[in-house]
Amino acid sequence: MFDIRSFYEAKSVEDAVRALSEDENALLISGGTDVLIRLREGKDAGASLVSIHNISELKEIREDENGTLIIGAGASFSDITNNPIVKKNINVLGEAADTVGGPQIRNMGTIGGNICNGATSADTASTLWSFNATVVLCGKDGAREIPVTEFYVGPGRTVRKHDEVCTAFKIEKKEYEGFYGHYIKYGKRSAMEIATLGCVVRVKLSADKKKIEDIRLAFGVAGPTPVRCRKAEEAVKGMDISDASIYEKLSETALTEVNPRSSWRASKEFRLQLISELSKRALREAILKSGVLESEVAEIRYKNESDNESKANAELFSRDVYAAEGVYFNDGSAAFPGGENNA
Amino acid sequence: MKVVGKELTRVDAYGKVTGEARYTADLEPKGILHARVLHSEIANGVVKSFDLTEALKVPGVTKIVTCFDVPDCQFPTAGHPWSVEKAHQDICDRKILNRRVRFYGDDIAAVVAEDEVAAARAVRLIKVEYEEYEPIVTVEKALAEGATPLHEDLRKDNIIVKSHMTMGGADFSFEKAYDEAVEKYGEENVNVIERTYNTPRISHCHLELPVSWAYVDQNGKITITCSTQIPHIVKLCTAMALGVPAGRIRIVKPYIGGGFGNKQDVLYEPLNAFLSMQVGGRPVRLEISREETISCTRTRHAIEGRCRALFTRDGRLLARKLEAYANNGAYASHGHAICANCGTVFKDLYADELGCEVDCATVYTSSPTAGAMRAYGIPQSIWFTECLADDICQITGKDPCDFRLESCMKEGFVDPGTKIPFLTYGLKKCIEEGRKQIKWDEKRAAYKNQKGHIRRGVGMAIFCYKTGVHPISLETASCRMVLNQDGSMQLIMGATEIGQGADTVFTQMAAETTGISFDKIYVVSTQDTDVTPFDTGAYASRQTYVSGKACKKCGELFRERILEYAEYMLVNEIPDISKTIYAEIVKEAKEKLKAKLGLSEDKDISRSMLDIENDCIVINKDAVDHGAVNNDTTNTSGHDEAFGFEERKLFELSVLADTSFYSLDRSQHITAEVTNHCKENTFASGCCFADIEVDMPLGKVTVKEVINVHDSGILINPKLAEAQVHGGMSMSLGFGLSEELLIDEKTGKPYNNNLLDYKIPTAADTPDLKVSFIQLDDPSGPYGNKALGEPPAIPVAPAIRNAILNATGVAMNEAPMTAERLVKAFKDAELI
Repeated sequence: MFDIRSFYEAKSVEDAVRALSEDENALLISGGTDVLIRLREGKDAGASLVSIHNISELKEIREDENGTLIIGAGASFSDITNNPIVKKNINVLGEAADTVGGPQIRNMGTIGGNICNGATSADTASTLWSFNATVVLCGKDGAREIPVTEFYVGPGRTVRKHDEVCTAFKIEKKEYEGFYGHYIKYGKRSAMEIATLGCVVRVKLSADKKKIEDIRLAFGVAGPTPVRCRKAEEAVKGMDISDASIYEKLSETALTEVNPRSSWRASKEFRLQLISELSKRALREAILKSGVLESEVAEIRYKNESDNESKANAELFSRDVYAAEGVYFNDGSAAFPGGENNA
Repeated sequence: MKVVGKELTRVDAYGKVTGEARYTADLEPKGILHARVLHSEIANGVVKSFDLTEALKVPGVTKIVTCFDVPDCQFPTAGHPWSVEKAHQDICDRKILNRRVRFYGDDIAAVVAEDEVAAARAVRLIKVEYEEYEPIVTVEKALAEGATPLHEDLRKDNIIVKSHMTMGGADFSFEKAYDEAVEKYGEENVNVIERTYNTPRISHCHLELPVSWAYVDQNGKITITCSTQIPHIVKLCTAMALGVPAGRIRIVKPYIGGGFGNKQDVLYEPLNAFLSMQVGGRPVRLEISREETISCTRTRHAIEGRCRALFTRDGRLLARKLEAYANNGAYASHGHAICANCGTVFKDLYADELGCEVDCATVYTSSPTAGAMRAYGIPQSIWFTECLADDICQITGKDPCDFRLESCMKEGFVDPGTKIPFLTYGLKKCIEEGRKQIKWDEKRAAYKNQKGHIRRGVGMAIFCYKTGVHPISLETASCRMVLNQDGSMQLIMGATEIGQGADTVFTQMAAETTGISFDKIYVVSTQDTDVTPFDTGAYASRQTYVSGKACKKCGELFRERILEYAEYMLVNEIPDISKTIYAEIVKEAKEKLKAKLGLSEDKDISRSMLDIENDCIVINKDAVDHGAVNNDTTNTSGHDEAFGFEERKLFELSVLADTSFYSLDRSQHITAEVTNHCKENTFASGCCFADIEVDMPLGKVTVKEVINVHDSGILINPKLAEAQVHGGMSMSLGFGLSEELLIDEKTGKPYNNNLLDYKIPTAADTPDLKVSFIQLDDPSGPYGNKALGEPPAIPVAPAIRNAILNATGVAMNEAPMTAERLVKAFKDAELI
């Protein structure tokens, strides 16, 4: 049972805009996978909901005459993953969408909600950033288009106004043609996760498939909003894919562009390690997906080559602990101040 | 055995798979009221006042009660049998709602309303004024000088109990052992290591939340239907909490969706009853949320183990010492029992040449209350023993498997304190079996001197576990059997089905002992304390053993009573029987029996010649053997055929049952009821072997292969046993790698009391779980069985830890070994 004052099923986008503008406390709901959780927690309790769940035009995924891809904001994650246009042109977005929550969430949750939530951890956000996608918003005065990179204002905040409905995302042909991408969601477990870090790399190789002609690198949870690392991209452009230094160049430059924070979920240091490691791995995978042989792509180099015995060998048989500290035993009263001994 | 040992389908399988099995919430009446609890938003302090004005205005609110309104009765909550000895009684340290706030989330008020939304709204609108004290979330802070006592009336120093135990004589000390060792082996040949190991605060994560509904009837009887493991204990504790006689309380326990020890505590049942009493006895439902369940019910204890080990250069274990500090949170719940259990197994598991010393302390802190959880302190104990064992091997170079085979507890072990014996000893066989199955020796050799950022390792851990709680506490169980007109029966156990398969194994036991077939035994799954015989409930891996003994004893009595009636039917020239529809059948049976046994006309038929098999009264095999010997001393071939079931069959049990019910000569409703006071115990044991891969730059551990080998005696139902082990292994996997309830040390507020942020392993994180058993017939078990319920949850975590040590040379001392902790450790070791 949810604490809802009213529930209005909008007939069209315009109808939804009207309903929102008439009630400043109304909330938009589509898949409900975030809104209902907030309601359950008592946040937004008593809200009036305006549903755009059944507006079929919002679920469309299509390609226009210029090759621009238009993804309806109401498309669910599983719609996106399984869509042939997505698979053919921007498969990495489908892969990213497929890492969200579990199957039930992916069938209900929408890409529009994922972005409009304003969360840096949204799995589709970093990928849309890498595509320079445009967000289409419909309000009282008609539609406006905003680059997704300018859509976020801060954690949980976007430029969407209360009475605006996000209707679609647009990706131009030049942003995807010839690119191959790889998204890595790093979570604490293998499913039902929120990203500790999300990393997407998309590459376009030269005609001979030897060099990185163009590249995109973006992260989720590497800062208060998703972030794209343009300097890191520039640093490896034109480099040879057989050159192992591409990985360090990309990751080390990326580290100068990100700003993850420490929280109880993960420390900044740990997130920086992930940023460094995942950017390397995502780059290599993206290159491999471009149709080159594994042997033609440089291996990622790891500094330390010491083996698993070295640590053991360092701790030689010795009496160090005991000898160094002498008699270190706590007596009963010191170990258990003030207590009775109930042996 | 015919039925015991068979992989029969669970008796509740169809109901549970189709969703027709009814749980607490499925049974509530229409028009029920809904309650919700207001929890404190400070961790330490006192409620000064409430402002209920706004909350009472919410439409639909029926009643609001606060900590100022509840009975002035302090009560215990532990699912222990009540003790009639004052010194062994559980600590009465809470009221139904508490003015003295002891952790973030303490229960301070409750709302009853027409629906859940109104109740939730009103709870949000209650204003509370507190007097705040500094939260003391950690053991260190709770023991610090000047720390506020959380229970001023009971413990001024926040120490619930501390205890001291030894092996190697009462006056054994580690310090003296060192001097002795130096003298015996020479200073250069002995070593001491000192390590501190830590275990996490863990949530049980049973699927069904603690839910109950209560009403008071016209006669003042208070009935609570609830999701509990321990209906009879809930009855007594609720009576204490309300200050009413126990007879006024009735607990009904239907199917429950898991408990794992959290429901081995009295949770919100007393509050639920109190709320119904406050609204004129109307039914009130109280279901708490997952968030409340995680932080406001019970957790597994976080225990810090400061360990020392003394050993020789060639890896002989001489002595160990443990100082364990258990963070018990705000209320005593099971008190010191869990940390003491942890200490007991620490000293028992290895045969230290000189001895072992254990100090345990259980401490109140202003954090979520720790109570019982599957394996009751032993996952912590085994984390300590098994980390320590491999850390010793790391220094001596001894193979960890060999070390354990040489140093683990020996065959014939008897705990010097409790006198609990290890009656059937399968520990070493388990180790050898696991070693073979995982290909230990090949892998230890193959994984030497690895380089690179991804490495493989293999590790192991052993454990022991007692069966039930005798003699530390009372072990008693009851069973009732009731015959139906068709020769089938009801089986009524005080022991509870909590998802583990108890109903099924008791049905198998009853079938084994009575001769009534498995599918003609209707087990009454619901316990209703007004009619169900007494049993303390599901915990301590006790029911198959302790309640199983009651089932067997009852089955024997029931069988005797049936045979006594059968004898009566066959012996007596019952005027009545000759008139019944069964007259011919009984007559023929009598002739067949006399002929088969070669009985002369004047020889009486006696009960000892009879038996029950496949729902029929048959000629006892032993009697046939004697008969056969009398008739023909030379020819024994074809004996089995000649005296098979059909040859010995007299008449169907339904004939007897129908007669016994309705005989005008001797009507008797055949039933049996027994209580069995169990005064035995025996150790179960086992081990885990894990083969893992570590991706060091990401701190990612992938379990490639994992196997548990259990020494739990004879399995009643091997398929169910295997499933039991799977569930336990999954829990230990979470303990090792991902599960941990985190609390903000400054405020006492839980960070991750929800299932997104509290990481139980998903199916995608769970490897193929392999299970093996060493089945030895334990003489103390009713059917050769011993503990299995909890042991599977013990050894996986330390086996993985030791596999990581093997792979990387890095010893992780704190569980869970999260990616972040691993990355930090690998960086410190300069591996990445």
